[in-house]
Amino acid sequence: MASPTVAELQQTIEKLREELKNEKQKIEEIKGTTKRTRITQMSSEVVDSNPYSRLMALKRMGIVDDYEKIRDFSIAVVGVGGVGSVTAEMLTRCGIGKLLLFDYDKVELANMNRLFYQPHQAGLSKVEAAEKTLREINPDVEFEVYNYNITTMDNFNHFMDRIRLGGKVKDTPVDLVLSCVDNFEARMAINTACNELGQSWFESGVSENAVSGHIQFVIPGDTSCFACAPPLVVATQTDEKTLKREGVCAASLPTTMAVVAGFLVQNVLKYLLHFGQVSYYLGYNALQDFFPTMRMKPNPHCDDTHCLRQQRLFQEREAAKPKQEFTEETEEEVVHDENEWKIELVSETTEDEAKAAEGDKPQLTEGVTVAYTKPAAQAEDSTDFVNATEMSIDDLMSQMKQL
Amino acid sequence: MVDEATKLSLAKIPLLKTKAGPRDGELWISRLKEEYQALIKYVQNNKEADNDWFRLESNKEGTRWFGKCWYIHELLKYEFDVEFDIPVTYPTTSPEIALPELDGKTAKMYRGGKICLTDHFKPLWARNVPKFGIAHAMALGLGPWLAVEIPDLIQRGVVTHQEKKDSGAAS
Ligand SMILES: [Zn+2]
Repeated sequence: MASPTVAELQQTIEKLREELKNEKQKIEEIKGTTKRTRITQMSSEVVDSNPYSRLMALKRMGIVDDYEKIRDFSIAVVGVGGVGSVTAEMLTRCGIGKLLLFDYDKVELANMNRLFYQPHQAGLSKVEAAEKTLREINPDVEFEVYNYNITTMDNFNHFMDRIRLGGKVKDTPVDLVLSCVDNFEARMAINTACNELGQSWFESGVSENAVSGHIQFVIPGDTSCFACAPPLVVATQTDEKTLKREGVCAASLPTTMAVVAGFLVQNVLKYLLHFGQVSYYLGYNALQDFFPTMRMKPNPHCDDTHCLRQQRLFQEREAAKPKQEFTEETEEEVVHDENEWKIELVSETTEDEAKAAEGDKPQLTEGVTVAYTKPAAQAEDSTDFVNATEMSIDDLMSQMKQL
Repeated sequence: MVDEATKLSLAKIPLLKTKAGPRDGELWISRLKEEYQALIKYVQNNKEADNDWFRLESNKEGTRWFGKCWYIHELLKYEFDVEFDIPVTYPTTSPEIALPELDGKTAKMYRGGKICLTDHFKPLWARNVPKFGIAHAMALGLGPWLAVEIPDLIQRGVVTHQEKKDSGAAS
């Protein structure tokens, strides 16, 4: 067959150009009609085009007094993985004023068993991908996103500054911090920051076997902080000994994560918009569909000195309050839900170890236990410790290098 | 459970005294000295026991650590880069030791090549704050991890033996 002539090729190019132009135009048209524009005032008008009508209906139904106030609030979501991304989406759809997102991870195809992210976003930083999607859903929300690890020295101070100054009104604190991270180090870093700043925050988590989860509301000085007790575990009656991690670190289910995100945002809304009762601790045992709740006081011997300082400040504030107002509600330390499960210690803790544990173990509701116990402090043989040294850091560093 | 050999080598690592993290100024300097003392002793112990298996060094602030670890399998030496940051909450929380080269090659890792620690590492660490330091994290965390995972990775052909890396190229 003869090769096409130059004229024929030019014709083909022209035809393709025309087709491309048409396709581009179509995309623009779709974008134009579906792109939601900014709305300056939330309206309760019930029309198809009002994204807030069903939320504003909460006022008419007498659930919420002043729904529009949601626009005044700023929330920091730390960790936008399985729980945090769904949390951020819910808050965005609710019309929250501002979101600050923190995460150092990238979207991976291995995340696709969870909600929110899509395969085409693989490789993007999670905060970048989340911001883009969320802005499209609701352009009224303000965003600040940070793609870094909050637990390192370089980033921690910046993280604290953003909590202190990231409010809806410039240079005011955020209203809440939500911990949606998946590791102990990051939770402890958030706890440290919030104790220092006196910032209220919610902790949330899903167990590594994906069948339990919890949320916990920490008001520094008033309720137990994350360092007040060893991490809490919702007992699921799975035999811890047979539950071995065969070749994996952690499992995850979109269901458990969405339930926990839903609990979290529900309590955030109740707290911010003053309706219903906020849960201080709400556990989720997915195997038995059991939901233990409780409220824990802070530990007067907490390891975190800022927790102790916040406890003193809280006591002072309480003492300064006028006395007569209400008959002070007797604080329910533990709500005993009806359930048949006994508190059980995890397998690695022996009876003896449990007995040797410190006196200030938290009072827990049934169905919730501590991940481990700490032994009472005991005198150590001083010979086991490093000796005092005259050597400088530099000397030690070079000695190490010469080994 | 921690095996006997690990227990024995752990018992010989000196304990640390100062409860201080990188945000604690002068106290962190004291802690850092103790970290180096314990690490030096641990490496010396390993050499004496003919079980030398890692080297570490840090930036001058002691907040970022890096080095090599190696594992001998059927007379061949497999060497890996090790790195980790000291979190602001150290020593309440342990360092998260990472082997970045193996990221994505085993399910026993979190993102970034952070090794997945056993269920008893965290309780053990928590019960020994502030006495345990980096040397203990290596002995209790990375050592047992390598012993379990590397033979498996070799067997699966994910890790293959390489001739000694050209040490002259890097500086
Ligand atoms: Zn506390």
